[in-house]
Amino acid sequence: MADLIYNIAAIIALAGIVLSFVRLILGPTIADRAVALDGMTIITISLIVFIAYFSNRVIYLDVAIVYGLISFVGIVAIARYLERGI
Amino acid sequence: MKKGFLFFISLLIVWILLAGIDQQEIIIGAIVSLLLTIIFFSKATIFSEFNLNPKAIFYFLIYIFVFSWELIKSNLDVAFRVIHPTIPINPGIVKVKTKLKSRLGRTILANSITLTPGTLTVETNGEDYYIHWIDVTSDDIEGATKQIVSKFEKYLEVIFG
Amino acid sequence: MELLGAIVTLAGSILLFLGALGILRMPDVYNRMQAGTKATTLGSILFLAGISIGHYECGCFGKIIIIILFVIFTNPISSNTLARAAHFAGVKLTERSVKDDLKDDDIENKGEEK
Repeated sequence: MADLIYNIAAIIALAGIVLSFVRLILGPTIADRAVALDGMTIITISLIVFIAYFSNRVIYLDVAIVYGLISFVGIVAIARYLERGI
Repeated sequence: MKKGFLFFISLLIVWILLAGIDQQEIIIGAIVSLLLTIIFFSKATIFSEFNLNPKAIFYFLIYIFVFSWELIKSNLDVAFRVIHPTIPINPGIVKVKTKLKSRLGRTILANSITLTPGTLTVETNGEDYYIHWIDVTSDDIEGATKQIVSKFEKYLEVIFG
Repeated sequence: MELLGAIVTLAGSILLFLGALGILRMPDVYNRMQAGTKATTLGSILFLAGISIGHYECGCFGKIIIIILFVIFTNPISSNTLARAAHFAGVKLTERSVKDDLKDDDIENKGEEK
């Protein structure tokens, strides 16, 4: 029962990634695409933690931490680029 | 000295959260935290802005509680606006003023405003904040300040002085 | 205990989905950012907390707490810098907007070269 609910939750989160990806393709400006990428990253971190627990590999949690760090730096870099170029 | 101890304790807590509770890990973490405290403490001015009296700590706990409640409310608000067929928004960028002096307090205030119902900090310039408000209900600076800022400001004023 | 964790996880995933739906449906960048930041922050907190409640025997709460704190601190900052950059780069607000004090005050050209 509980496993079924966990799987449904993961599928709903995955559908969220698909919706953000549609905005990533459609988005008229760079800022729209960056926002969509940010949302995708947060959902992906949650799904990495989900996979870490359900395949019993604690080491994947470190992957989630590092992915969060790198995506934060990446978004800030995109913002600086939009503001006045590199 | 007291602030240096706070710096050391926060570094050690982050290390224990990362590495787990194990005797060797804690010993090594304590040594490295002590070294980092000695080297970097004179440059880390961020901890000199906390007030460390019991009243400030009590207000900090209340602040966490208020903040969590506002976060839940803002999520229900956003969920309602997204599901509604004709997206009920009335957006605009308004200007508000804050009374806080400390830099860390201003940063935390800006982050809190971003996570509360319908507001997003766009730009800060000294004591002026420019806030994107999803449902503009008051037109002047005083009204917007009263509605957006003051519910956090009274706690942060005590915490950061 | 496992069922409680599963329900919390489900609530978090619904919030994540609504955040993504908001990113898709809202009319301009700033409103998209509102939906994207708030809903995904609480959604990911609930998702991670639900998983670690349901599988408490693993004993790795520490890393989950680090990830949650990290999300709380960095998510508003990244959306704040992105909104500022979008406004400076000249992205227009939607036609339904009421006012724009930042554009009226014109502080963008002061100090920094563009």
